[in-house]
Amino acid sequence: MTDPKHSQQGPLQLVQTFTIKGDDFAAAGSVSLAVKRLLKEVGFPPDALRRVAITAFEAEMNVVMYGGGGEVELLLAPGTARLVVRDHGPGIPDLDLAMQEGWSTATAAMREMGFGAGMGLPNIRRNATRFNIDTAPGQGTTLTADIDI
Amino acid sequence: MGLTLHQIVEFLEAEVLAYPEGLDRVVTHAQGSDLMSDVLAFSHPNCLLITGLANHQVIRTAEVAGLLGVVVVRSKRPAEAVIILAQECEVPLLSTRLGMFDACGTLFSRGIRGMSDLARPRPR
Repeated sequence: MTDPKHSQQGPLQLVQTFTIKGDDFAAAGSVSLAVKRLLKEVGFPPDALRRVAITAFEAEMNVVMYGGGGEVELLLAPGTARLVVRDHGPGIPDLDLAMQEGWSTATAAMREMGFGAGMGLPNIRRNATRFNIDTAPGQGTTLTADIDI
Repeated sequence: MGLTLHQIVEFLEAEVLAYPEGLDRVVTHAQGSDLMSDVLAFSHPNCLLITGLANHQVIRTAEVAGLLGVVVVRSKRPAEAVIILAQECEVPLLSTRLGMFDACGTLFSRGIRGMSDLARPRPR
């Protein structure tokens, strides 16, 4: 993703920005459902819709659990959807480690919710066509994920 | 092939907590898990989730992954807000007194299969 204004498919237009509340476990996931419903309404095809929804859900859970809140931008171009998920958390010290399946820093409370098994970022990699993570200790994390139809 | 959710309610002696409108759905595959990220990673659309969790994230996982329904084991009773969410998301939500192993075994013995034989989406 060298040109941030363009996907492989064309110029991206911002559709909506959603706010994610940090540490609000009951609401966690509601932004992803809103994204899914919005894309369904505009006729996004089911398989790609599922990949967007899973990517958004995992990213949203990370923002709730680790990021202390943040926001999601949904952008669209013909043939592709982009999610930009930004948090104001502590950043990821070792991204290679965080990308490994099963590696996790989750607390017991997070695990009791059914998350924190170390599958979040690997799931995003599996479902996104292209993705990029911009992070540094103390500077928060920004995930950009494109899902092509 | 497969069982309707109506039949599954009967075999699991389950109570229908939400979205009875969806009980005509036909189930051929199921997954038993308390790890929602594993469900997101390994499930296919059109499978049934059997779980010991009864929180909001289970319902959101079911909708995000396009699952046919959720069975909560060991008689756990989800909070009212979770039941309302399931109804809104059109996710049939069942509760059975059976434990995870017994619920899975009951459905397997009647022809429901797991996800193991289905291709897992490959990591890129």
